[in-house]
Amino acid sequence: MLNLQSLSKTYADGTRALAGIDLAVPNAEIVALIGGSGCGKTTLLRLIAGLDRPSAGSIALDGEPITGPHPGVGLVFQESRLLPWLDVAGNVGFGIGDLPRRERAERVAHALERVGLAEHAGRWPRELSGGQQQRVSIARAFVANPRVLLLDEPFSALDAFTRKDLHRHLLALWEEVRPTVLIVTHDVAEAVALADRAIVMRPKPGRLDESIALDLRRPRDPAAPTSEAATRKILGALDRSLRPREASRAPELAGGSSF
Amino acid sequence: MSGSTVLPDTAPADTASPRRAALLGGGGRAALGLLLPVILAGAWEIAVASGLATGRLLPPPSRIGAALWSLAASGELWMHVEATLIRVGLGFAFGAGAGILIGTLTATLPALRWLVDPSLQALRAVPSLAWVPLFILWFGILETPKVALIAVGVFFPVYVGVAGAIASVDRKLIEVGRIFRLSKLALARRILLPAVLPATLTALRTGLGLGFLFVVAAELMGASEGLGYLLVDGQQFSKPDQILAAIICFAIVGKLADTALVALTTPLVRWQDTARETL
Ligand SMILES: Nc1ncnc2c1ncn2[C@@H]1O[C@H](COP(=O)(O)OP(=O)(O)OP(=O)(O)O)[C@@H](O)[C@H]1O
Ligand SMILES: [Mg+2]
Repeated sequence: MLNLQSLSKTYADGTRALAGIDLAVPNAEIVALIGGSGCGKTTLLRLIAGLDRPSAGSIALDGEPITGPHPGVGLVFQESRLLPWLDVAGNVGFGIGDLPRRERAERVAHALERVGLAEHAGRWPRELSGGQQQRVSIARAFVANPRVLLLDEPFSALDAFTRKDLHRHLLALWEEVRPTVLIVTHDVAEAVALADRAIVMRPKPGRLDESIALDLRRPRDPAAPTSEAATRKILGALDRSLRPREASRAPELAGGSSF
Repeated sequence: MSGSTVLPDTAPADTASPRRAALLGGGGRAALGLLLPVILAGAWEIAVASGLATGRLLPPPSRIGAALWSLAASGELWMHVEATLIRVGLGFAFGAGAGILIGTLTATLPALRWLVDPSLQALRAVPSLAWVPLFILWFGILETPKVALIAVGVFFPVYVGVAGAIASVDRKLIEVGRIFRLSKLALARRILLPAVLPATLTALRTGLGLGFLFVVAAELMGASEGLGYLLVDGQQFSKPDQILAAIICFAIVGKLADTALVALTTPLVRWQDTARETL
Protein backbone atom coordinates (compact mmCIF):
# COMPACT_ATOMS: atom_id res chain seq x y z
CA MET A 1 0.00 0.00 0.00
CA LEU A 2 1.27 3.43 -0.97
CA ASN A 3 0.07 6.05 1.49
CA LEU A 4 0.17 9.80 1.10
CA GLN A 5 -0.87 11.81 4.14
CA SER A 6 -1.75 15.51 3.97
CA LEU A 7 1.11 15.91 1.52
CA SER A 8 1.91 19.52 0.59
CA LYS A 9 4.57 21.20 -1.48
CA THR A 10 5.24 24.90 -1.56
CA TYR A 11 8.20 25.88 -3.73
CA ALA A 12 10.79 28.38 -2.59
CA ASP A 13 9.13 31.12 -4.64
CA GLY A 14 5.86 30.61 -2.76
CA THR A 15 4.06 28.57 -5.43
CA ARG A 16 1.67 26.19 -3.71
CA ALA A 17 2.06 23.25 -6.06
CA LEU A 18 0.27 20.75 -3.80
CA ALA A 19 -1.87 21.22 -0.72
CA GLY A 20 -3.11 18.46 1.54
CA ILE A 21 -3.01 15.39 -0.66
CA ASP A 22 -4.40 12.25 0.96
CA LEU A 23 -4.23 9.13 -1.10
CA ALA A 24 -4.02 5.40 -0.48
CA VAL A 25 -3.17 3.12 -3.38
CA PRO A 26 -3.42 -0.64 -2.82
CA ASN A 27 -0.58 -2.73 -4.17
CA ALA A 28 -0.64 -3.48 -7.89
CA GLU A 29 -3.32 -0.91 -8.58
CA ILE A 30 -2.89 1.27 -11.67
CA VAL A 31 -3.90 4.87 -11.03
CA ALA A 32 -4.15 7.49 -13.75
CA LEU A 33 -3.63 11.10 -12.64
CA ILE A 34 -5.41 13.54 -14.90
CA GLY A 35 -5.46 17.30 -14.69
CA GLY A 36 -4.63 20.48 -16.47
CA SER A 37 -1.18 21.92 -16.82
CA GLY A 38 0.30 23.20 -13.59
CA CYS A 39 -1.93 21.33 -11.16
CA GLY A 40 1.01 19.60 -9.54
CA LYS A 41 1.15 16.18 -11.19
CA THR A 42 4.89 16.21 -11.79
CA THR A 43 5.44 17.65 -8.33
CA LEU A 44 3.47 14.79 -6.81
CA LEU A 45 5.50 12.13 -8.64
CA ARG A 46 8.79 13.80 -7.74
CA LEU A 47 7.81 13.81 -4.08
CA ILE A 48 6.91 10.12 -4.15
CA ALA A 49 10.13 9.34 -6.02
CA GLY A 50 12.05 11.13 -3.30
CA LEU A 51 13.66 13.63 -5.69
CA ASP A 52 12.09 16.55 -3.81
CA ARG A 53 11.08 16.87 -0.17
CA PRO A 54 7.48 17.69 0.78
CA SER A 55 6.81 20.91 2.72
CA ALA A 56 4.41 18.98 4.93
CA GLY A 57 2.87 15.54 5.20
CA SER A 58 4.31 12.10 4.67
CA ILE A 59 4.67 9.29 2.20
CA ALA A 60 4.83 5.64 3.18
CA LEU A 61 5.23 2.45 1.21
CA ASP A 62 3.84 -0.57 3.04
CA GLY A 63 4.20 1.39 6.27
CA GLU A 64 7.81 2.36 5.61
CA PRO A 65 8.30 6.13 5.30
CA ILE A 66 9.83 7.41 2.05
CA THR A 67 12.22 10.29 2.59
CA GLY A 68 14.43 10.02 -0.49
CA PRO A 69 14.98 7.88 -3.56
CA HIS A 70 13.84 4.39 -2.61
CA PRO A 71 14.84 1.07 -4.17
CA GLY A 72 11.19 0.08 -4.43
CA VAL A 73 10.14 3.20 -6.33
CA GLY A 74 10.89 3.69 -10.02
CA LEU A 75 10.25 6.77 -12.13
CA VAL A 76 9.88 7.15 -15.87
CA PHE A 77 10.33 10.76 -16.88
CA GLN A 78 8.38 12.54 -19.55
CA GLU A 79 11.51 12.73 -21.70
CA SER A 80 13.26 9.40 -21.86
CA ARG A 81 16.46 10.72 -20.22
CA LEU A 82 18.64 7.95 -21.57
CA LEU A 83 22.36 8.32 -20.95
CA PRO A 84 23.80 9.06 -24.39
CA TRP A 85 27.15 7.39 -23.64
CA LEU A 86 25.57 4.01 -22.86
CA ASP A 87 24.09 1.71 -25.46
CA VAL A 88 20.54 0.46 -25.09
CA ALA A 89 21.53 -2.53 -22.94
CA GLY A 90 23.77 -0.32 -20.80
CA ASN A 91 20.92 2.09 -20.21
CA VAL A 92 18.46 -0.64 -19.28
CA GLY A 93 20.98 -2.16 -16.86
CA PHE A 94 22.01 1.20 -15.42
CA GLY A 95 20.01 0.85 -12.20
CA ILE A 96 21.02 -2.74 -11.41
CA GLY A 97 24.78 -2.28 -11.55
CA ASP A 98 25.25 -4.03 -8.22
CA LEU A 99 23.85 -7.33 -9.50
CA PRO A 100 26.24 -10.02 -10.73
CA ARG A 101 27.10 -9.50 -14.38
CA ARG A 102 25.37 -12.64 -15.52
CA GLU A 103 22.07 -11.98 -13.82
CA ARG A 104 22.16 -8.39 -14.94
CA ALA A 105 22.63 -9.38 -18.56
CA GLU A 106 19.76 -11.85 -18.31
CA ARG A 107 17.40 -9.33 -16.80
CA VAL A 108 18.33 -6.68 -19.35
CA ALA A 109 17.83 -9.11 -22.22
CA HIS A 110 14.49 -10.18 -20.82
CA ALA A 111 13.25 -6.61 -20.35
CA LEU A 112 14.36 -5.66 -23.85
CA GLU A 113 12.53 -8.69 -25.18
CA ARG A 114 9.43 -7.54 -23.33
CA VAL A 115 9.47 -4.08 -24.88
CA GLY A 116 10.28 -5.47 -28.30
CA LEU A 117 13.79 -4.05 -28.57
CA ALA A 118 15.87 -7.22 -28.26
CA GLU A 119 17.60 -6.63 -31.58
CA HIS A 120 18.50 -3.05 -30.66
CA ALA A 121 20.48 -3.87 -27.51
CA GLY A 122 23.75 -2.59 -29.00
CA ARG A 123 22.47 0.68 -30.42
CA TRP A 124 23.13 4.17 -29.12
CA PRO A 125 20.12 6.10 -27.80
CA ARG A 126 20.51 8.66 -30.59
CA GLU A 127 19.90 5.91 -33.12
CA LEU A 128 16.42 5.17 -31.72
CA SER A 129 13.08 6.74 -32.51
CA GLY A 130 11.23 8.63 -29.79
CA GLY A 131 8.95 5.68 -29.09
CA GLN A 132 11.88 3.29 -28.90
CA GLN A 133 13.69 5.59 -26.49
CA GLN A 134 10.64 5.70 -24.28
CA ARG A 135 10.45 1.90 -24.32
CA VAL A 136 14.07 1.73 -23.22
CA SER A 137 13.37 4.06 -20.33
CA ILE A 138 10.37 1.96 -19.29
CA ALA A 139 12.52 -1.17 -19.46
CA ARG A 140 15.16 0.61 -17.37
CA ALA A 141 12.58 1.26 -14.67
CA PHE A 142 11.19 -2.28 -14.80
CA VAL A 143 14.44 -4.25 -14.54
CA ALA A 144 14.86 -2.93 -11.01
CA ASN A 145 11.57 -4.71 -10.12
CA PRO A 146 9.97 -1.66 -8.51
CA ARG A 147 7.09 -2.00 -6.10
CA VAL A 148 5.84 1.39 -7.20
CA LEU A 149 6.28 2.68 -10.72
CA LEU A 150 5.68 6.36 -11.44
CA LEU A 151 5.22 7.47 -15.04
CA ASP A 152 5.11 11.17 -15.89
CA GLU A 153 3.28 11.58 -19.19
CA PRO A 154 5.53 8.91 -20.67
CA PHE A 155 3.73 8.75 -24.00
CA SER A 156 2.53 12.29 -24.51
CA ALA A 157 5.06 13.05 -27.24
CA LEU A 158 4.11 10.00 -29.29
CA ASP A 159 1.55 9.37 -31.99
CA ALA A 160 -1.60 7.38 -31.28
CA PHE A 161 -0.34 4.16 -32.90
CA THR A 162 2.93 4.12 -30.98
CA ARG A 163 1.11 5.01 -27.82
CA LYS A 164 -1.23 2.06 -28.17
CA ASP A 165 1.69 -0.23 -28.81
CA LEU A 166 3.45 1.05 -25.71
CA HIS A 167 0.32 0.53 -23.61
CA ARG A 168 0.52 -3.11 -24.61
CA HIS A 169 4.19 -3.34 -23.62
CA LEU A 170 3.57 -1.53 -20.36
CA LEU A 171 0.71 -3.85 -19.41
CA ALA A 172 2.79 -6.91 -20.31
CA LEU A 173 5.55 -5.76 -17.97
CA TRP A 174 3.02 -4.86 -15.33
CA GLU A 175 1.50 -8.37 -15.49
CA GLU A 176 4.94 -9.77 -14.76
CA VAL A 177 6.17 -7.50 -11.98
CA ARG A 178 2.76 -6.20 -10.80
CA PRO A 179 3.95 -2.92 -9.32
CA THR A 180 1.65 -0.21 -8.10
CA VAL A 181 1.50 2.26 -10.97
CA LEU A 182 0.82 5.99 -10.93
CA ILE A 183 0.66 7.31 -14.45
CA VAL A 184 0.20 10.97 -15.27
CA THR A 185 -1.66 11.57 -18.50
CA HIS A 186 -3.54 14.24 -20.39
CA ASP A 187 -5.25 11.61 -22.44
CA VAL A 188 -8.55 10.27 -21.13
CA ALA A 189 -8.38 7.33 -23.55
CA GLU A 190 -5.02 6.41 -22.04
CA ALA A 191 -6.52 6.37 -18.56
CA VAL A 192 -9.36 4.18 -19.75
CA ALA A 193 -6.97 1.84 -21.53
CA LEU A 194 -4.68 1.33 -18.55
CA ALA A 195 -6.01 2.34 -15.17
CA ASP A 196 -8.07 0.77 -12.41
CA ARG A 197 -8.82 4.23 -11.16
CA ALA A 198 -8.62 7.74 -12.56
CA ILE A 199 -7.99 10.67 -10.27
CA VAL A 200 -8.78 14.13 -11.52
CA MET A 201 -6.71 16.95 -10.05
CA ARG A 202 -7.37 20.67 -9.85
CA PRO A 203 -4.84 23.49 -9.63
CA LYS A 204 -3.96 26.43 -7.41
CA PRO A 205 -3.14 24.86 -5.09
CA GLY A 206 -2.86 21.34 -6.54
CA ARG A 207 -5.37 18.96 -5.02
CA LEU A 208 -7.05 15.66 -5.81
CA ASP A 209 -10.56 16.45 -6.92
CA GLU A 210 -12.40 13.26 -7.83
CA SER A 211 -11.63 9.59 -8.00
CA ILE A 212 -13.34 7.47 -10.65
CA ALA A 213 -13.18 3.68 -10.39
CA LEU A 214 -12.79 1.98 -13.76
CA ASP A 215 -13.94 -1.57 -13.18
CA LEU A 216 -13.09 -2.85 -16.62
CA ARG A 217 -11.66 -6.22 -17.51
CA ARG A 218 -8.33 -6.51 -19.30
CA PRO A 219 -7.55 -6.63 -22.15
CA ARG A 220 -9.68 -3.61 -22.79
CA ASP A 221 -11.56 -2.67 -25.87
CA PRO A 222 -11.79 1.10 -26.26
CA ALA A 223 -14.92 0.70 -28.38
CA ALA A 224 -16.80 -1.36 -25.79
CA PRO A 225 -19.79 0.36 -24.14
CA THR A 226 -18.14 0.00 -20.71
CA SER A 227 -15.08 1.90 -21.94
CA GLU A 228 -17.26 4.60 -23.40
CA ALA A 229 -19.13 4.96 -20.15
CA ALA A 230 -15.84 5.26 -18.26
CA THR A 231 -14.62 7.90 -20.69
CA ARG A 232 -17.81 9.89 -20.13
CA LYS A 233 -17.41 9.65 -16.36
CA ILE A 234 -13.86 10.99 -16.51
CA LEU A 235 -14.79 13.76 -18.90
CA GLY A 236 -17.60 14.75 -16.58
CA ALA A 237 -15.21 14.91 -13.64
CA LEU A 238 -12.73 16.95 -15.68
CA ASP A 239 -15.52 19.34 -16.52
CA ARG A 240 -16.47 19.73 -12.87
CA SER A 241 -12.82 20.27 -11.89
CA LEU A 242 -12.78 23.38 -14.07
CA ARG A 243 -15.62 24.98 -12.10
CA PRO A 244 -15.30 26.54 -8.65
CA ARG A 245 -15.03 23.70 -6.19
CA GLU A 246 -17.87 24.52 -3.75
CA ALA A 247 -20.45 24.74 -6.50
CA SER A 248 -19.43 21.50 -8.10
CA ARG A 249 -19.05 19.17 -5.14
CA ALA A 250 -21.35 17.72 -2.57
CA PRO A 251 -20.81 19.71 0.64
CA GLU A 252 -19.55 16.72 2.68
CA LEU A 253 -16.70 16.21 0.24
CA ALA A 254 -15.75 19.83 -0.26
CA GLY A 255 -13.40 20.05 2.71
CA GLY A 256 -10.65 17.60 1.85
CA SER A 257 -9.87 14.75 -0.47
CA SER A 258 -9.25 11.30 0.93
CA PHE A 259 -9.02 8.61 -1.69
CA MET B 1 19.31 13.81 -45.09
CA SER B 2 17.01 13.03 -47.95
CA GLY B 3 17.22 16.52 -49.36
CA SER B 4 18.83 15.28 -52.55
CA THR B 5 15.54 14.03 -53.96
CA VAL B 6 13.73 17.27 -53.25
CA LEU B 7 16.41 19.86 -53.87
CA PRO B 8 19.03 18.24 -56.08
CA ASP B 9 20.82 21.52 -56.67
CA THR B 10 21.47 22.39 -53.05
CA ALA B 11 22.20 18.85 -51.84
CA PRO B 12 25.49 18.64 -49.94
CA ALA B 13 28.39 16.86 -51.62
CA ASP B 14 27.93 13.70 -49.54
CA THR B 15 24.47 13.02 -50.86
CA ALA B 16 25.06 14.11 -54.42
CA SER B 17 25.57 11.71 -57.30
CA PRO B 18 27.63 8.64 -56.37
CA ARG B 19 30.33 9.60 -58.87
CA ARG B 20 30.94 12.98 -57.29
CA ALA B 21 30.80 11.45 -53.84
CA ALA B 22 33.43 8.86 -54.87
CA LEU B 23 35.66 11.54 -56.33
CA LEU B 24 35.50 13.62 -53.18
CA GLY B 25 35.34 10.79 -50.66
CA GLY B 26 38.26 9.88 -48.40
CA GLY B 27 41.55 10.02 -50.28
CA GLY B 28 40.12 12.15 -53.05
CA ARG B 29 39.23 14.91 -50.63
CA ALA B 30 42.67 14.83 -49.02
CA ALA B 31 44.31 15.05 -52.46
CA LEU B 32 42.16 18.07 -53.26
CA GLY B 33 43.39 19.80 -50.12
CA LEU B 34 47.01 19.19 -51.18
CA LEU B 35 46.46 20.60 -54.65
CA LEU B 36 46.92 24.27 -53.77
CA PRO B 37 50.17 24.03 -51.77
CA VAL B 38 51.66 21.65 -54.34
CA ILE B 39 50.87 23.99 -57.23
CA LEU B 40 52.26 27.02 -55.38
CA ALA B 41 55.41 25.19 -54.36
CA GLY B 42 55.92 23.88 -57.90
CA ALA B 43 55.42 27.34 -59.39
CA TRP B 44 57.96 28.84 -56.98
CA GLU B 45 60.46 26.09 -57.73
CA ILE B 46 60.16 26.77 -61.46
CA ALA B 47 60.35 30.53 -60.95
CA VAL B 48 63.62 30.24 -59.03
CA ALA B 49 65.10 27.58 -61.32
CA SER B 50 64.38 29.69 -64.40
CA GLY B 51 65.93 32.74 -62.80
CA LEU B 52 62.67 34.73 -62.56
CA ALA B 53 63.28 35.04 -58.82
CA THR B 54 66.41 34.68 -56.72
CA GLY B 55 64.83 32.75 -53.88
CA ARG B 56 67.31 34.26 -51.50
CA LEU B 57 64.80 35.21 -48.81
CA LEU B 58 62.22 32.58 -49.74
CA PRO B 59 64.10 29.48 -50.84
CA PRO B 60 62.39 27.07 -53.23
CA PRO B 61 61.10 23.74 -51.95
CA SER B 62 64.17 21.84 -53.16
CA ARG B 63 66.48 23.95 -50.95
CA ILE B 64 64.19 23.59 -47.94
CA GLY B 65 64.10 19.85 -48.58
CA ALA B 66 67.86 19.77 -48.76
CA ALA B 67 68.15 21.68 -45.47
CA LEU B 68 65.74 19.26 -43.84
CA TRP B 69 67.63 16.32 -45.23
CA SER B 70 71.00 17.45 -43.97
CA LEU B 71 69.56 18.19 -40.52
CA ALA B 72 67.95 14.78 -40.44
CA ALA B 73 71.00 12.96 -41.78
CA SER B 74 73.29 14.45 -39.16
CA GLY B 75 70.88 13.38 -36.43
CA GLU B 76 70.60 16.98 -35.32
CA LEU B 77 66.91 17.23 -36.27
CA TRP B 78 65.86 14.42 -33.94
CA MET B 79 67.67 16.05 -31.04
CA HIS B 80 65.79 19.32 -31.66
CA VAL B 81 62.45 17.60 -32.14
CA GLU B 82 63.00 15.59 -28.99
CA ALA B 83 63.89 18.67 -26.94
CA THR B 84 60.77 20.48 -28.13
CA LEU B 85 58.52 17.49 -27.56
CA ILE B 86 59.83 16.98 -24.02
CA ARG B 87 59.11 20.62 -23.18
CA VAL B 88 55.61 20.50 -24.65
CA GLY B 89 54.96 17.13 -23.02
CA LEU B 90 56.02 18.30 -19.56
CA GLY B 91 54.27 21.65 -19.85
CA PHE B 92 51.11 19.98 -21.16
CA ALA B 93 51.15 17.39 -18.38
CA PHE B 94 51.53 19.98 -15.64
CA GLY B 95 49.18 22.53 -17.18
CA ALA B 96 46.46 20.07 -18.12
CA GLY B 97 46.76 18.22 -14.82
CA ALA B 98 46.39 21.42 -12.84
CA GLY B 99 43.60 22.62 -15.13
CA ILE B 100 41.59 19.42 -14.68
CA LEU B 101 42.16 19.32 -10.93
CA ILE B 102 41.41 22.96 -10.19
CA GLY B 103 38.58 23.10 -12.74
CA THR B 104 36.95 20.08 -11.11
CA LEU B 105 37.35 21.50 -7.62
CA THR B 106 36.02 24.96 -8.40
CA ALA B 107 33.10 23.53 -10.38
CA THR B 108 32.04 21.24 -7.56
CA LEU B 109 32.81 23.39 -4.49
CA PRO B 110 31.05 26.75 -4.72
CA ALA B 111 33.00 28.27 -1.85
CA LEU B 112 36.28 27.45 -3.56
CA ARG B 113 34.93 28.82 -6.84
CA TRP B 114 34.05 32.15 -5.24
CA LEU B 115 37.44 32.20 -3.63
CA VAL B 116 39.75 31.44 -6.56
CA ASP B 117 37.87 31.82 -9.82
CA PRO B 118 37.95 35.65 -9.88
CA SER B 119 41.72 35.62 -9.36
CA LEU B 120 42.23 32.98 -12.04
CA GLN B 121 40.05 34.89 -14.46
CA ALA B 122 42.12 38.00 -13.80
CA LEU B 123 45.35 36.09 -14.41
CA ARG B 124 43.85 34.64 -17.56
CA ALA B 125 43.44 38.15 -18.90
CA VAL B 126 47.22 38.59 -18.77
CA PRO B 127 48.81 37.63 -22.08
CA SER B 128 50.88 34.64 -21.08
CA LEU B 129 54.03 35.92 -22.75
CA ALA B 130 54.04 38.78 -20.27
CA TRP B 131 55.17 36.26 -17.66
CA VAL B 132 58.39 35.48 -19.51
CA PRO B 133 60.66 38.04 -17.80
CA LEU B 134 59.33 37.09 -14.40
CA PHE B 135 59.77 33.38 -15.05
CA ILE B 136 63.36 33.99 -16.17
CA LEU B 137 64.05 35.94 -12.98
CA TRP B 138 62.49 33.22 -10.88
CA PHE B 139 63.60 30.07 -12.61
CA GLY B 140 66.73 31.07 -14.55
CA ILE B 141 67.02 30.47 -18.25
CA LEU B 142 67.13 26.68 -18.41
CA GLU B 143 64.23 24.26 -18.74
CA THR B 144 62.07 25.34 -15.80
CA PRO B 145 60.86 28.72 -17.13
CA LYS B 146 60.11 27.15 -20.50
CA VAL B 147 58.04 24.35 -19.04
CA ALA B 148 56.36 26.82 -16.68
CA LEU B 149 55.38 29.10 -19.55
CA ILE B 150 53.93 26.22 -21.55
CA ALA B 151 52.10 24.93 -18.49
CA VAL B 152 50.54 28.36 -17.92
CA GLY B 153 49.45 28.49 -21.55
CA VAL B 154 47.89 25.02 -21.37
CA PHE B 155 46.33 25.54 -17.95
CA PHE B 156 43.79 28.23 -18.77
CA PRO B 157 41.87 26.65 -21.65
CA VAL B 158 41.78 23.33 -19.79
CA TYR B 159 40.65 24.97 -16.54
CA VAL B 160 37.91 26.98 -18.24
CA GLY B 161 36.83 24.01 -20.38
CA VAL B 162 36.62 21.52 -17.53
CA ALA B 163 34.91 23.89 -15.10
CA GLY B 164 32.42 24.90 -17.78
CA ALA B 165 31.75 21.29 -18.74
CA ILE B 166 31.04 20.28 -15.17
CA ALA B 167 28.87 23.31 -14.52
CA SER B 168 26.74 22.57 -17.56
CA VAL B 169 26.09 18.88 -16.94
CA ASP B 170 22.41 18.25 -17.50
CA ARG B 171 20.65 18.20 -14.13
CA LYS B 172 18.12 15.83 -15.66
CA LEU B 173 20.75 13.15 -16.12
CA ILE B 174 21.96 13.61 -12.57
CA GLU B 175 18.41 12.92 -11.43
CA VAL B 176 18.56 9.60 -13.25
CA GLY B 177 21.51 8.76 -11.03
CA ARG B 178 19.62 9.91 -7.95
CA ILE B 179 16.58 7.80 -8.80
CA PHE B 180 18.84 4.76 -8.84
CA ARG B 181 20.44 5.90 -5.57
CA LEU B 182 24.00 6.20 -6.81
CA SER B 183 26.51 7.25 -4.19
CA LYS B 184 28.34 10.54 -4.68
CA LEU B 185 31.33 8.67 -6.02
CA ALA B 186 29.28 6.50 -8.37
CA LEU B 187 27.43 9.59 -9.57
CA ALA B 188 30.75 11.22 -10.39
CA ARG B 189 32.10 8.17 -12.16
CA ARG B 190 28.98 6.99 -13.98
CA ILE B 191 27.34 10.28 -14.89
CA LEU B 192 29.56 13.34 -14.37
CA LEU B 193 32.70 11.86 -15.90
CA PRO B 194 31.17 10.60 -19.14
CA ALA B 195 29.09 13.75 -19.43
CA VAL B 196 32.08 16.09 -19.23
CA LEU B 197 34.46 13.94 -21.25
CA PRO B 198 33.74 15.40 -24.71
CA ALA B 199 34.18 19.01 -23.61
CA THR B 200 37.25 18.06 -21.60
CA LEU B 201 38.87 16.44 -24.60
CA THR B 202 38.15 19.51 -26.71
CA ALA B 203 39.76 21.65 -24.01
CA LEU B 204 42.79 19.36 -23.95
CA ARG B 205 43.18 19.72 -27.71
CA THR B 206 43.03 23.48 -27.43
CA GLY B 207 45.56 23.25 -24.61
CA LEU B 208 47.91 21.11 -26.67
CA GLY B 209 47.72 23.60 -29.53
CA LEU B 210 48.60 26.40 -27.15
CA GLY B 211 51.41 24.26 -25.77
CA PHE B 212 53.00 24.30 -29.22
CA LEU B 213 52.40 28.01 -29.51
CA PHE B 214 54.18 28.66 -26.24
CA VAL B 215 57.05 26.27 -26.83
CA VAL B 216 58.06 28.48 -29.75
CA ALA B 217 57.96 31.54 -27.52
CA ALA B 218 59.88 29.71 -24.80
CA GLU B 219 62.58 28.54 -27.19
CA LEU B 220 62.84 31.94 -28.84
CA MET B 221 63.73 33.42 -25.46
CA GLY B 222 66.93 31.43 -25.37
CA ALA B 223 67.63 27.78 -25.95
CA SER B 224 70.52 25.74 -27.20
CA GLU B 225 68.32 23.06 -28.73
CA GLY B 226 64.78 22.59 -29.92
CA LEU B 227 62.92 23.52 -33.08
CA GLY B 228 62.59 27.07 -31.77
CA TYR B 229 66.38 27.24 -31.50
CA LEU B 230 66.59 26.33 -35.20
CA LEU B 231 64.40 29.35 -35.91
CA VAL B 232 66.61 31.73 -33.93
CA ASP B 233 69.76 30.23 -35.33
CA GLY B 234 68.40 30.50 -38.87
CA GLN B 235 67.59 34.15 -38.34
CA GLN B 236 70.96 35.04 -36.83
CA PHE B 237 72.94 33.31 -39.55
CA SER B 238 70.54 34.28 -42.32
CA LYS B 239 69.46 30.75 -43.22
CA PRO B 240 65.84 31.06 -44.40
CA ASP B 241 65.88 27.47 -45.59
CA GLN B 242 66.57 26.33 -42.03
CA ILE B 243 63.81 28.57 -40.68
CA LEU B 244 61.33 27.12 -43.14
CA ALA B 245 62.54 23.61 -42.40
CA ALA B 246 61.91 24.23 -38.70
CA ILE B 247 58.46 25.67 -39.44
CA ILE B 248 57.59 22.59 -41.45
CA CYS B 249 58.77 20.40 -38.58
CA PHE B 250 56.60 22.36 -36.16
CA ALA B 251 53.61 21.86 -38.40
CA ILE B 252 54.24 18.13 -38.74
CA VAL B 253 55.02 17.53 -35.07
CA GLY B 254 52.04 19.62 -33.93
CA LYS B 255 49.69 17.85 -36.28
CA LEU B 256 51.00 14.43 -35.25
CA ALA B 257 50.61 15.26 -31.57
CA ASP B 258 47.05 16.44 -32.14
CA THR B 259 46.24 13.36 -34.21
CA ALA B 260 47.68 11.13 -31.50
CA LEU B 261 45.58 12.86 -28.84
CA VAL B 262 42.44 12.48 -30.94
CA ALA B 263 43.23 8.85 -31.75
CA LEU B 264 43.80 8.05 -28.08
CA THR B 265 40.63 9.73 -26.92
CA THR B 266 38.13 9.10 -29.71
CA PRO B 267 37.21 5.62 -28.43
CA LEU B 268 36.09 7.28 -25.18
CA VAL B 269 33.50 9.42 -26.92
CA ARG B 270 32.44 7.12 -29.71
CA TRP B 271 28.84 7.52 -28.60
CA GLN B 272 28.82 11.14 -29.63
CA ASP B 273 26.60 12.30 -32.42
CA THR B 274 29.16 14.51 -34.10
CA ALA B 275 30.78 14.43 -37.48
CA ARG B 276 34.20 13.40 -36.25
CA GLU B 277 35.93 13.80 -39.57
CA THR B 278 35.21 17.51 -39.64
CA LEU B 279 37.22 18.15 -36.48
N1 LIG C 1 11.04 24.04 -9.22
C1 LIG C 1 9.94 24.81 -9.13
N2 LIG C 1 10.01 26.02 -8.54
C2 LIG C 1 8.91 26.80 -8.44
N3 LIG C 1 7.71 26.46 -8.89
C3 LIG C 1 7.58 25.28 -9.50
C4 LIG C 1 8.69 24.39 -9.66
N4 LIG C 1 8.25 23.29 -10.30
C5 LIG C 1 6.95 23.47 -10.53
N5 LIG C 1 6.52 24.66 -10.05
C6 LIG C 1 5.15 25.18 -10.09
O1 LIG C 1 4.33 24.28 -9.40
C7 LIG C 1 3.10 24.10 -10.07
C8 LIG C 1 2.90 22.66 -10.41
O2 LIG C 1 3.89 22.26 -11.36
P1 LIG C 1 3.97 20.79 -11.94
O3 LIG C 1 5.15 20.72 -12.79
O4 LIG C 1 3.87 19.80 -10.82
O5 LIG C 1 2.65 20.73 -12.82
P2 LIG C 1 2.09 19.58 -13.76
O6 LIG C 1 0.74 19.21 -13.25
O7 LIG C 1 3.08 18.49 -13.87
O8 LIG C 1 1.92 20.36 -15.13
P3 LIG C 1 2.12 19.82 -16.62
O9 LIG C 1 0.90 19.05 -16.97
O10 LIG C 1 2.23 21.07 -17.41
O11 LIG C 1 3.37 18.99 -16.63
C9 LIG C 1 3.14 25.02 -11.28
O12 LIG C 1 2.46 26.21 -10.96
C10 LIG C 1 4.61 25.28 -11.48
O13 LIG C 1 4.81 26.56 -12.01
MG1 LIG D 1 4.32 17.77 -15.48
